Amino acid sequence: MTAISNARTGNQNSALPVRLARIREAATVVLLAIIIAIVTGIEPNFLSAFNIRSILLWVPLLTVIAMGEMMVIIIRGIDVSVGSTMGFAGIVVGMIFRDHPGFNIYLGTVLGIMIGAVLGAINGSLIAWVKIPPVITTLGTLSAYRGFVFIVSGARQIDPNYIPKELIRWSQRGPFNSQLVPWVVIIALVAALLIYLFLHYTKTGRNVYTLGSNPEAALLRGIPVNRTTFIVYTITGAMAGLAGILYASRFGFVNPGQTGVGFELTVIAAVVLGGTNVFGGSGSVIGTLLGCLLLGTINVALAVLGIDATWQLAVYGVAILLTVSIDAIIQQQIRRLVTGE
Amino acid sequence: MSEQTSILTTHDLHMAFGGVDVLKGINFSLFAGEVLGLVGENGAGKSTLAKIVAGVHQPSQGEINYQGQTVQIPSPHVATKLGIALIHQEPLTFPDLDVAENIFAGRQPLNGGVVNWNAMYKRAAELLASLSVQIDPHSKVRGMSIADQQMIEMAAALSQEVKVVLMDEPTSSLTPNEVAHLFTNMRRLRDQGVAIVFISHRLEEVFEICDRVLVLRDGELVGERVTKATKVEEIIRLMVGRQLSALCEKKTGANNGQLLLEVKNLSRTEKFADISLDVHAGEIVGLSGLVGAGRTDVGRALFGMLDTDSGEVWLSGKPVKIKSPREAMGYGLVYVPEDRQHHGLLMPMAISQNMTLSILEQLSPSGWLRGQAEQTVTNEYTEKLHIVLRNISQAVRELSGGNQQKVVLSKWLLTRPKVLILDEPTRGIDIGAKAEVHRLMGELASQGLAILMISSELPEILAMSDRIVVMREGRVVAQLDKADATQERIMAAATGQVLDEATIESNPVEDHS
Repeated sequence: MTAISNARTGNQNSALPVRLARIREAATVVLLAIIIAIVTGIEPNFLSAFNIRSILLWVPLLTVIAMGEMMVIIIRGIDVSVGSTMGFAGIVVGMIFRDHPGFNIYLGTVLGIMIGAVLGAINGSLIAWVKIPPVITTLGTLSAYRGFVFIVSGARQIDPNYIPKELIRWSQRGPFNSQLVPWVVIIALVAALLIYLFLHYTKTGRNVYTLGSNPEAALLRGIPVNRTTFIVYTITGAMAGLAGILYASRFGFVNPGQTGVGFELTVIAAVVLGGTNVFGGSGSVIGTLLGCLLLGTINVALAVLGIDATWQLAVYGVAILLTVSIDAIIQQQIRRLVTGE
Repeated sequence: MSEQTSILTTHDLHMAFGGVDVLKGINFSLFAGEVLGLVGENGAGKSTLAKIVAGVHQPSQGEINYQGQTVQIPSPHVATKLGIALIHQEPLTFPDLDVAENIFAGRQPLNGGVVNWNAMYKRAAELLASLSVQIDPHSKVRGMSIADQQMIEMAAALSQEVKVVLMDEPTSSLTPNEVAHLFTNMRRLRDQGVAIVFISHRLEEVFEICDRVLVLRDGELVGERVTKATKVEEIIRLMVGRQLSALCEKKTGANNGQLLLEVKNLSRTEKFADISLDVHAGEIVGLSGLVGAGRTDVGRALFGMLDTDSGEVWLSGKPVKIKSPREAMGYGLVYVPEDRQHHGLLMPMAISQNMTLSILEQLSPSGWLRGQAEQTVTNEYTEKLHIVLRNISQAVRELSGGNQQKVVLSKWLLTRPKVLILDEPTRGIDIGAKAEVHRLMGELASQGLAILMISSELPEILAMSDRIVVMREGRVVAQLDKADATQERIMAAATGQVLDEATIESNPVEDHS
């Protein structure tokens, strides 16, 4: 018996999406280059060490949460509570630093991650086992967790003098005392690397893609769907918790009404810009990193060009819609090309 | 059967969905190294039985004995671990993952807790080679043919020690070549001692591949036959529980009716070329060919869903340019698609709402829908087409496949078409309902409709068509009159073989030498 005659055609067709994913990442790079070129044209000093450092300081916060959010979107979910989780972990650890001067900052970081993980686990449990849709669940916890922030802190800010100097130094100096690449950047890169290894080399990580690609089939294949969902939201919470600590390091304060407020939109924008399929199933760590870098660059570019900070939100929102629209249009064109519809 | 050791036995399996008994005490045994056919009309409980054995559903009563022990199969995962695999009608693959991972989803080979990609690709390549398919383990599954995806599922089943393979209508979307390839693999597995359950509507396939056949009717096991010692007619009789001619033959109608549809040299790049055919009032023209020959594309092009590059379409003697289904309907031409679930019906909506979808404007002269008119129309067609339902506000999803198809037909008939293009009108519906649909088609033709019927089932084509147009690779390769047409001639044209007429007589298709 010879092989099925159209096995070949199938392979050719399937190569298309793979190539597209590559093109998608390349497009992000090109877009990044275009933005840098334009802004440098207007403001030749754009790529100064100071601005690069601003970008690099801005991106880590975003990157760590985006890694989690990417996985959430791959499994066809959404987590809009990350900003509140970040705020809660930041405020609780900040209060510990305030009330126990000399508290070990590494212990504080681990605590922040754990607090985030618990909040993420609550999201995950509600979504995986109580079967509340992710948007509703995390919209609820977005509000609830922010409420907790105000309740535990008594709506009082953790002032700069309470944040350990050592922690702040993470945002000032890097390895070998370098000023260009501070430790927070290294931390974010390590987090991204860990997520990459998790997604690529662990069974649970592979299950994330399997589940996102076809939830029904995943269930029938015996993939622990609920457990995987739970783990993804828990990791995302943990990442948001870490971001809370990085926030304290970067800005030197934690403010109940400020830290992490509206950050979910920025994170989702970065993930979507990074090429993660909004309908689930695909997304890459590299792409998400590029998305974060792109958003960080836009953010700093707006400042350099003297565009008011009030524009930021609008820019993110438009960026999300634009990216998704362009993606959708391209997909439609391809489908038309392939099927002639 | 190579040996008489029962690998799996069910005792008094019962199953109820929402108070309706789907299975009523099934006792059957499955032996290692056999292919067991499972046949029955839609709703007889075949899929449910397979899904219980594969752990997808839990029986409400009864037990399963597997390899000498009573087992609980609470999930598909447990079933897989036991060595029981279910291959679905529509392959359940992961389009974003590559082939190797589709095969090993959820149980990737590990090396110290780390996914061993090299081992996975190597094993995948071996498994695919053992199935004689040329699929690259590295390529993504999105866009692959159903047959390839099925082979990937098969490889997934084989990647573990599999003892029982349940196949739920695996051939329904395959071309004859692909079916032959699947059967080769099934035989190989059987010879290795695997027990295979083969669920199919296509009895000729059941007779070709199965050693034994179980017949289910209304959730009960009504017969068990050794295929060699029985006949199709007997199986059909068991299935429907009464004597029934398998197909309702169309009486050759008035062929000299008015020429309603005329297609001249219609072409569309990469889809079809130079298609010419015509259909008169009162006539059923069968459009035959292998899956992928471009028949559906012609139907869709005529209905304005697919642009054409050149050629002409004439309706009732006038040239027309149809650019959208809406225009087509305006000209009295409708196309009833093959995939009821996705293109034909709104599953959660009421029967009445589905039926009147095509004539909403007529039913709402003032912009508001007249509910009374909707009911009247629905009742009229429900009666005309003998649709079995509880009430007209029932969700279409709850109907059997045959009745769903009748709802689709009603929807289009309500537009009072002159030309009806039916794409696989009886695919996936049971034999009783099939006969009903055929009878209906005959009636419609005798009322003066011109019907173009796309069908992959040769007996259906032969029984229903006044004339047969055969397509191959996007071109019309033969036009046969009813009197001249035989399965062999159609198949020869469809596959591009030149058959010596004498050989046809002496070598029936069943001969595989």
